[in-house]
Amino acid sequence: MAIFVPFFYKWFRHIHTGWFVLVLPLLLFIYLLQFLPVGGSMETLELTVPWVPSLGINFTIYLDGLSLLFALLITGIGTLVVLYSIYYIANKKDEPLNNFYVYLLMFMGAMLGVVLSDNLIVIYVFWELTSLASSLLIAYWFHKEKSRYGAQKSMLITVTGGFAMLAGFSLLYVMADQTFSIRAIIDQADIIAQSPLFIPAMLLILLGAFTKSAQFPFHIWLPDAMEAPTPVSAYLHSATMVKAGIYLAARLTPVFAGAPEWFWLLTGFGLMTLIWGSISAVRQTDLKAILAFSTISQLGLIMSLLGIGSAAVHYDYAEVEMLYTTAILAAVFHLINHATFKGSLFMVVGIVDHETGTRDIRRLGGLMTIMPITFTISLIGVASMAGLPPFNGFLSKEMFFTGVVNATTLDIFNVQTFWYLLPVIAWVASVFTFVYCMIMFFRTFTGTYKPEKLEKKAHEAPMGMLISPIILASLVVIFGLFPNLLAYTIIEPTMQSILPNVLEEGERFYVNIYHWHGLNTELFMTAGVILFGMLVFLNLKRWQEAKFFLKERDPLNAVYDRGLDGLVTGSQRVTNLQMTGLLRDYFVFMMVFLVAMLGWTMIRYNAVVFDFVNVSEISPYLWIITFVLIAATISIPFIQHRITAIIAIGVIGFLLALLFVVFRAPDLALTQLLVETVLVVLLLLAFYHLPELRKAKFTAKFSLPNLIVSIGVGLVVTLTAFSAHAMNHEFGFDRISSYFVENSVPLAGGYNMVNVILVDFRGLDTLLEVLVLAIAALGVVTLIKHKMKGGEDV
Amino acid sequence: MKSNLLLLHTITRIVSFIILSFSIFLFFAGHNNPGGGFIGGLMTASALLLLYVSFDIKTIKRVLPFNYAHIIAIGLLLAILTGLNSLLFGDPFLTQYFEYYDLPILGETELTTALPFDLGIYLVVVAVALLIILTIAEDDS
Repeated sequence: MAIFVPFFYKWFRHIHTGWFVLVLPLLLFIYLLQFLPVGGSMETLELTVPWVPSLGINFTIYLDGLSLLFALLITGIGTLVVLYSIYYIANKKDEPLNNFYVYLLMFMGAMLGVVLSDNLIVIYVFWELTSLASSLLIAYWFHKEKSRYGAQKSMLITVTGGFAMLAGFSLLYVMADQTFSIRAIIDQADIIAQSPLFIPAMLLILLGAFTKSAQFPFHIWLPDAMEAPTPVSAYLHSATMVKAGIYLAARLTPVFAGAPEWFWLLTGFGLMTLIWGSISAVRQTDLKAILAFSTISQLGLIMSLLGIGSAAVHYDYAEVEMLYTTAILAAVFHLINHATFKGSLFMVVGIVDHETGTRDIRRLGGLMTIMPITFTISLIGVASMAGLPPFNGFLSKEMFFTGVVNATTLDIFNVQTFWYLLPVIAWVASVFTFVYCMIMFFRTFTGTYKPEKLEKKAHEAPMGMLISPIILASLVVIFGLFPNLLAYTIIEPTMQSILPNVLEEGERFYVNIYHWHGLNTELFMTAGVILFGMLVFLNLKRWQEAKFFLKERDPLNAVYDRGLDGLVTGSQRVTNLQMTGLLRDYFVFMMVFLVAMLGWTMIRYNAVVFDFVNVSEISPYLWIITFVLIAATISIPFIQHRITAIIAIGVIGFLLALLFVVFRAPDLALTQLLVETVLVVLLLLAFYHLPELRKAKFTAKFSLPNLIVSIGVGLVVTLTAFSAHAMNHEFGFDRISSYFVENSVPLAGGYNMVNVILVDFRGLDTLLEVLVLAIAALGVVTLIKHKMKGGEDV
Repeated sequence: MKSNLLLLHTITRIVSFIILSFSIFLFFAGHNNPGGGFIGGLMTASALLLLYVSFDIKTIKRVLPFNYAHIIAIGLLLAILTGLNSLLFGDPFLTQYFEYYDLPILGETELTTALPFDLGIYLVVVAVALLIILTIAEDDS
């Protein structure tokens, strides 16, 4: 579908492209609706298309309660967002709409792939596709610096998590008998829990889930992702993508739940995110930033509920009824609620932005009478977010408190030690949630209208823009008043798929959500939240003077920015240190490496052997030649004049030829003599042509590292030679030369063995060496005759 | 610079021929005695170089109107063709053959395919050495 978007865009210029797009999620939504169970237990759908069968990677669709819930959210809110975006990005001429809808549909497809897939690798593929599409959407206005920054940040963080997750999946694959299928893995949960790789896999997968779902401390990308167009923020960063992590945690709960690490990680990070996000939200002045931090904190809430709910695995159903499963219930319920009210709130903010030209709460105010419908919608959304009675947020908040309070009575995982922490954190975070909801609502819609600060004359939004938030807000109200509509149809099968092993055969979760269940702790907690929230809000002026409130940016951003900078400058520094551009340094690196490797290997295998068994006697003239040779070699570094150095090199060459004579190699001696002559002549020629400036006499500079390195190289090579000789003696390899001695006359018809080897036995080497010579000559000709003038290109 | 180099010229005339013959001897002796294409080639090159040194480059170029780059190519071609030759008889690349013949003048002589191969090497070496040195020598800049 996404492929066709540009064609629609090109061919039907006068019709907004969004209308064509709208059809798809709507149809999908209706299609998915028919899977909703009415009353009974739900049937699951399975479909497999082989992709890489040899690796067990198949494109398997598996639809159960949890997948269905997410798929419905994705398509439903997707439909509304597309509808909303048609009016939001109404200016057809200026905006590249085709890009927008291509990315959006790509995202939607990827997200559906994540939630519907049964195969871990396929999930991973779609997971990264959502990251990619999300980055593209954040950077939709790519000419803006901040958009690009936000897109890069979200990409880096989520992809880091994605890689970790891939590693975790691979570990699961290894543990679970080479299968990527989630259901097969769940069946083997007992085996997996025994494995030593259990904890690493859990940590890696959770890292992926936490980065995607913006959990502390990986939440920092989400506020910066608010540079995206508002429909994108509403869709990706409140309702769907950030819940992919939640989905993953819920999906793998049957595998990992029961381990204390899972409980503490989910609960701990969830609560930390919850309180951090809610406190940070209070500091913001931008409406979207408030909503971003609020999303973060609500995601933390859901995550912590999943953590608490995982404790249910330890109990029988009878025991846990309305105790720990409540937490899972609350998580699922709040997931739905959050998607509805956060989506509508983002859309409301978009409308405010669209109709007034600003999102800054310091410049807004008194819009109640000007934008009555928007006002009503946001009242509903905000009240639900704060957890006020008639709306669905109240119900989920009550259940959240129930879950947290119940968690205090857990008698596993050392909960007793910290039991008071859970409800206290939850309660404080709720107070802050209440406060930022109040700020958001009252600063925008009440007070005095300030037309002089606004870029546009504020007025009510067009009807088309209002449809989606109205639908969402009415859902908020409906779910608030009749929560059991959801309970039987979707929450129960979802819980079944999250906690499959808790139930006995044939049992079901019976979910019943009451508004009123007596005067219990939770109700008092809610009352306390409202009371304290009011107090804090009324005294906000005094609080705001504290430095804490003035800092709008999250302090963790500094960590990220500095980390990124450090990475860049650090790698630059490493590169600069290493890539000096001096050949001398590279040579030192190479030689040090050679010495280290050779030396280490020889020491490791205890290969340094001295063995003088097979050494022949040394004749006196050999002593003399060797002595002169050594003297000439040692003298070279101390020679101050280049010509002398060249002549010293010549001396070495001729002495070598002499050595060849001594060792009875006439061909080598002849060749060495001639080549050495040519070499000295060429060196002198090169010396003659040195530029005037550098002709000044030079002394070889002394440098200790060079000395050490060269001595090391000499030592190692000498040792190797000695050892090789000794080894040869010890193991007695056969010599190939006897073959040549025997066969050079009968097979090749020649008495000069060296030459016969060169042209006959190993003629190919000779041929190629001659080729080398030819290439060298042609290279010299090319270098000298075909010089390029400066600036000329090849 | 036109000076009288009579002594040098006269000696060069004699010596270069001696060196040339020696190099040819080395080349042919290669199979059974020290020598061969490489050394022979270098010797020939040095004989020719002596000519270049004692006379000037232009004169010798007139006398020996060779393009040494072509000679490199010919030498390489010769060596490779010798190698390919063995493919015709179904043997591996570069298989060398030899046989003893009774030639009219030389008597019993060993003829081997290693000889043209060596000749190729010889030509390449001569040409390479001369080409490098002449190119550098002619370079004015």
